[in-house]
Amino acid sequence: MNRIVDAIPYARFLGVEVERNDGTLECVLPFRHEIVGNPALPAVHGGVLGAFLELTALLHLLDDSSSERVPKPITFSVDYLRAAEPDVELYARSDCYRLTRNVAFVRAVAYERTADDPFASALGTFMLGANRSDSSFERLIRAKKGGGE
Amino acid sequence: MPANQSSNPPRRYALQSLFGPGQDGMVSHAPHAAHLGIRVVETGPGFGVCALPFREELIGDPRRRVIFGGAITTLIDHASGLAVACAVEELTAIATIDLRVDYLRAAQPDVELYARSDCYRLTRNVAFVRAMAYERTADDPFASALGTFMLGANRSDSPFERLVRAKKGDGE
Repeated sequence: MNRIVDAIPYARFLGVEVERNDGTLECVLPFRHEIVGNPALPAVHGGVLGAFLELTALLHLLDDSSSERVPKPITFSVDYLRAAEPDVELYARSDCYRLTRNVAFVRAVAYERTADDPFASALGTFMLGANRSDSSFERLIRAKKGGGE
Repeated sequence: MPANQSSNPPRRYALQSLFGPGQDGMVSHAPHAAHLGIRVVETGPGFGVCALPFREELIGDPRRRVIFGGAITTLIDHASGLAVACAVEELTAIATIDLRVDYLRAAQPDVELYARSDCYRLTRNVAFVRAMAYERTADDPFASALGTFMLGANRSDSPFERLVRAKKGDGE
């Protein structure tokens, strides 16, 4: 899975890594000064947290589905429940609570320690059927999925 | 764009001198915004426009060279914080409560992206914004967003607030 992350420039930019805990995909966002939005608190930029949750949802869908199509986000909505703790690694996990032929409905939470105590939570929809092409990016994902792990 | 007009525009807004175009206070104090190269393009009563330069690191789909949705979220979140800062009469801490982004189409690669956010309603504790992200004009957006922001969430005497206070002392 980390090889798929490597194929997405923005994921590398954030420094996100993927782990697997109790069979669940968990994404890790290392703390760096560059992701801070408000240095006074300090608090991680809300946009980064939204992006982290969206990336987690995307990776979860890629990991879970047998399909090689790359999901495309339609809507992504983030609730910022509280400020994230600074100077610690942040985690996120996602689940797909409804899957139709064309659309995946996902939830995601981000937290410092346990998913029971999240600082942000998200709901999103991804289009699965939009891209029926056999694009080189999809071939790459397929190769990485087949070759990896 | 009458739909984006603020319903209760402020008589004046506290942060104009700090956050106007060419003044990077809103960016230099947010390390992540500076890291992305976000800049302030325009501000006015209850609205703000930010630009995000295209960079290879922000790509989400390497084949189509489309920017990752999350980077657009960051641009919109930042423009929205700016809009709220331009809607309040007095400086206060601004924290995102929620932000919903609709991805209307893929953003064009290799061009600078813009987001304009309008604070269309302001209460004592909460600001409501809508935003559009586009390459050329707000009439042809690739993403639209709705968000709410908490005002006065952070009452601490932060260095950022001291800076804003100092700037306000200089200006006006």
